[in-house]
Amino acid sequence: MVPAAIGLAFLVLPLAGLLIRAPWTTLPHRLTEPGVLAALRLSLLTATLATAVCLLAGVPLAWILARTTFPGRRLVRALVTVPLVLPPVVGGVALLLVFGRRGLLGGWLDSTFGVTLPFTTTGVVLAEAFVAMPFLVISVEGALRAADARYEEAAATLGASRWTAFRRVTLPLIAPGVAAGAVLCWARALGEFGATITFAGNFPGRTQTMPLAVYLALEQDLDAAIVLSLVLLAVSVLILAGLRDRWLGAT
Amino acid sequence: MRTRLLTAAALAAVLVTAGCSASSDDSAASGGASAPAGRGNAGKVTVLAAASLTESFERIGVLFEQLNPQVDVVFSYGGSSGLAQQITAGAPADVFAAASPATMKTVTDAGDADGPVTFARNQLVIAVPKGNPKGVTSLAALAKPDVKVALCAAQVPCGAAAQQALSTAGVALTPVTQERDVKAALAKVKLGEVDAALVYRTDAKAAAADVEGVEFPESASAINEYPIVALTNAPNPSGASAFVTFVRTPDAQRVLADAGFLP
Repeated sequence: MVPAAIGLAFLVLPLAGLLIRAPWTTLPHRLTEPGVLAALRLSLLTATLATAVCLLAGVPLAWILARTTFPGRRLVRALVTVPLVLPPVVGGVALLLVFGRRGLLGGWLDSTFGVTLPFTTTGVVLAEAFVAMPFLVISVEGALRAADARYEEAAATLGASRWTAFRRVTLPLIAPGVAAGAVLCWARALGEFGATITFAGNFPGRTQTMPLAVYLALEQDLDAAIVLSLVLLAVSVLILAGLRDRWLGAT
Repeated sequence: MRTRLLTAAALAAVLVTAGCSASSDDSAASGGASAPAGRGNAGKVTVLAAASLTESFERIGVLFEQLNPQVDVVFSYGGSSGLAQQITAGAPADVFAAASPATMKTVTDAGDADGPVTFARNQLVIAVPKGNPKGVTSLAALAKPDVKVALCAAQVPCGAAAQQALSTAGVALTPVTQERDVKAALAKVKLGEVDAALVYRTDAKAAAADVEGVEFPESASAINEYPIVALTNAPNPSGASAFVTFVRTPDAQRVLADAGFLP
């Protein structure tokens, strides 16, 4: 009990610090400042899009890792977790070296399709997806390993194609794992700072998400930074609590 | 081992000079400022300094330790406002050198220091990739639609200075990004992601291998002053004031000038 209480206090006390230090009297005035809503809207939009990207690419990747064997699978699994250990700022530089104007693919994308990613909202989504994807892949892979593969085999013997079996049998089985992974992924994307500011830069309304706004507010005005942090916290806690009840059936 | 030998040699040199030519005006000018302090400030001096001072302060620290062999100077570099917050939150430090008077004011207003002095000034230049591919020669050239520009965010000193210079020049400019500090803006030029950035002269000079600095007349309207101060709660007050004094001696000023600072 005591270690659990210490653990909880360790996690909750900094939050209490923010609440105690918050400038409650000027709060309504500060919330309506231009830029706050724009940053919040951009944060929610990009984190959601990044989660969608991670779902589309991450679930198949998790399935490959969990259900197939191929040489180098361990290496691939280790590579998937690289963004977890890479400092996000380095991740941002790495993204620039690939998708930047002089990057491996960036120059080609620009000359062929006229697409440039750095300093765009798409760039924010890309940076967030890069750091958040491992959370989804690891979570879904774990769920797949826990799910009994014989159900899929049974479906296959009854004539279901691989895609039908995946969609009608596997996916419902691992839905809680996918949902948990998606929530983790979304939360990580929402708080993303280093890769975003390095790869997508910082421009209000286009690439300035809440964490970037908080960082820059901190340069001048601690109170403004606290207000922005509280807004981000309140919105994310509301959404996460709501999703948890609805998707995961937890109470 | 090698640095220790050098330090010993420097110490010997100082002792010899001090012993042989105590009456000479010449040596008093270079060594005099710290010689009296040198006796009473043994121990560690912790200096929190703006990131743009990194290269200069490393060299100044070596000079200071040569003159005060019993002193160990420890530097911590970072964004001025972050350092100011650390100080007002009670971080143990002796000296604070900021990149802007406004940041210094947050520390003096909080009662953590008194009477800062300006020891250097910095000026903006346009940093462009080596060879200046877009042929940028003035602030007005940055407003062309095909020129991608990175500025510092208005919240940090280099961004405030950039806004000042642009308004003096009457140039309306939409950057592709407002970077968190001057080194981040410079990095975007180094990586080739932008065609130009407004950075300090010292930063462009330190990155001379990758970028060129284009001077422009309007920068005179946005000169940045660097104040330094000994902190009120300095664990080593005599060491703190000795360092603050030393930074304004000709030897230290020469190092700053080499790095591109204005006196």
